Amino acid sequence: MIEVSGLTKRYGNRTAIEDLSFTIEKGHIYGFLGPNGAGKSTTMNIMTGCLAATEGEVKIGGYDIFEQAEKAKRLIGYLPEQPPVYQDMTPDEYLLFVARAKGLSRAGAAAELARVKSLAGIEDVSKRLIKNLSKGYRQRVGIAQALLGGPEVIILDEPTVGLDPRQITETRALIKSLGREHTVILSSHILSEVQAVCDEIMIISKGRLAAVDTPDNLERLLAGSVTLELVVRAGSEEAFAAVSGIDGVESVRAEELGGGLVRLTVAAAEGRDPAEEVFFAFCDLRRPILKMNPVRASLEDVFIELTRDAQNGAAGADAEKEETGNDGDIQA
Amino acid sequence: MTAIYRRELNSYFKGLTGYVFAAFMLLFIGIYCAIINLKSGYAAFEYALSNASFIYIIIVPILTMRSVAEERRQRTDQLLYALPMGMSKIVAGKYLAMLTALALPLAVTAVYPLALSGFGAVNYGAAYGSLLAFFLLGAALCSIGLFISSLTESQAVAAGVCVAVMLLNYFISGLSAYLSSSAAGSAIALGIAVLLAAVVIRLLTKNGTFALGVGLLLELLLAGAYVLFRDSFSGLFPSIIKQLSVFDRFETFTNGVFDLRGIVYMATVCFVFVFFTVQALEKKRYD
Repeated sequence: MIEVSGLTKRYGNRTAIEDLSFTIEKGHIYGFLGPNGAGKSTTMNIMTGCLAATEGEVKIGGYDIFEQAEKAKRLIGYLPEQPPVYQDMTPDEYLLFVARAKGLSRAGAAAELARVKSLAGIEDVSKRLIKNLSKGYRQRVGIAQALLGGPEVIILDEPTVGLDPRQITETRALIKSLGREHTVILSSHILSEVQAVCDEIMIISKGRLAAVDTPDNLERLLAGSVTLELVVRAGSEEAFAAVSGIDGVESVRAEELGGGLVRLTVAAAEGRDPAEEVFFAFCDLRRPILKMNPVRASLEDVFIELTRDAQNGAAGADAEKEETGNDGDIQA
Repeated sequence: MTAIYRRELNSYFKGLTGYVFAAFMLLFIGIYCAIINLKSGYAAFEYALSNASFIYIIIVPILTMRSVAEERRQRTDQLLYALPMGMSKIVAGKYLAMLTALALPLAVTAVYPLALSGFGAVNYGAAYGSLLAFFLLGAALCSIGLFISSLTESQAVAAGVCVAVMLLNYFISGLSAYLSSSAAGSAIALGIAVLLAAVVIRLLTKNGTFALGVGLLLELLLAGAYVLFRDSFSGLFPSIIKQLSVFDRFETFTNGVFDLRGIVYMATVCFVFVFFTVQALEKKRYD
């Protein structure tokens, strides 16, 4: 559906994205994940024809976004970072304008308006001036605008920013439902959001593609081995001896908690999960396990691992376009 | 294009812009019409237009300052860029809406010569020819205003620069009389103009070698021309400057001359600055 090859964008001598290449398949939901300033918005702006690339090309459904711009843009609905709404119009007027500008007929536009307004949940504000709407509703008007004309690809730049928790849940459900008929690309720096909504995650860091995979695979990428954390009613030496003999256990750390309890941290060998053996070992000793908890590397760890260079290196240098530095923008 | 045209026209008349523009225009044409045509009892409507033309200095910025600058500020330009529509159609839609807002009050004034004909001999050719030229003058100035608006994010800056450019255009033919008319003076002034042009090219293209090349080539040609045709340089610079005044072209019509060159001149200004606006917006993609 979308082919991006060798995309590079430089602002003066600052490189925003460098040699970005990927393919977007039809009917999936893709998530661009990266710290602020990683180049997500720049990439999306280039993919939608709002910005010219320094090098490389973007093809939407076989049409080059610059050479055959009109045909390519017909396939895209885009919500930029800031919803591009006119303050002095009502959502009805605004959406009618966008529908007509996208080339819909008068009759077609009316039907489309009804459809996207109900999808975005803005029917009850559609007669108010946009400047009087809350940020959340403006965002939804922006989403409605992107859906007009039922484009095959919907590109949403940070679609849930500024929404309240209920609206976030609704918007995520909307995006999920859109994914059944459209190809959806969204960007976010919120991990849980991308994890909850997307089929494929593209981690962008310092203007480069750090990883592309499903959320599960990405988690597995760093997971490698399992670590068990358990609390057992036993002496520390006794517990240590019981566990360290088990096949598949690489290392054990024991820590007295007082009150006859001990906390064990059991690292398993690569590809092994010794939880059952550990359980039976303590059964045989008649020592009760009060708590056992497998600790996996989370997507968050993957993310931090993959974007580490950006965190250390170029804070500030990369930040100009999307503003703010790199600290503290990873929310789980 | 019609969608853009409708939106722009609606926004002119939903807010005050369109009404303020029309009110100023009608007020000042009305005042001069009252003084020249009614009070003096002289039925030449073109003289009223001639006197009222300065009003464009104030009202053109009112009409044009928002058009592109506000899109930038509100970030709605991203919507325009993402629309499956060429930038030239978008700009054309905006410009035509501007021309409509300009034509509406002028359509009202089109009745005046008819009303005056009841009280004296009206030269319809001169009156309506001047009205057409007055409209074209406004259209040309609006295209300049549109271009200025496309260079900035701030309406205020767009308005300020636009007023300055309108003022300069209004007074430039008068000022040109004070310029040195000697051959050497003209050559030096043209040399400086070429230098400025090279600086502008450098700023727009960010290509120093290209600007230097163009600048050097033009300076050499200029020097060569000066050596060969020294005589034709005397008075050249002031007359070139005089040619830049759009207001001057309009004045010819109010003297009862239907100057086809003037029509072509003003239409060319419209076209060139609309074209520049499209280029300014296209260039924004490459920033």
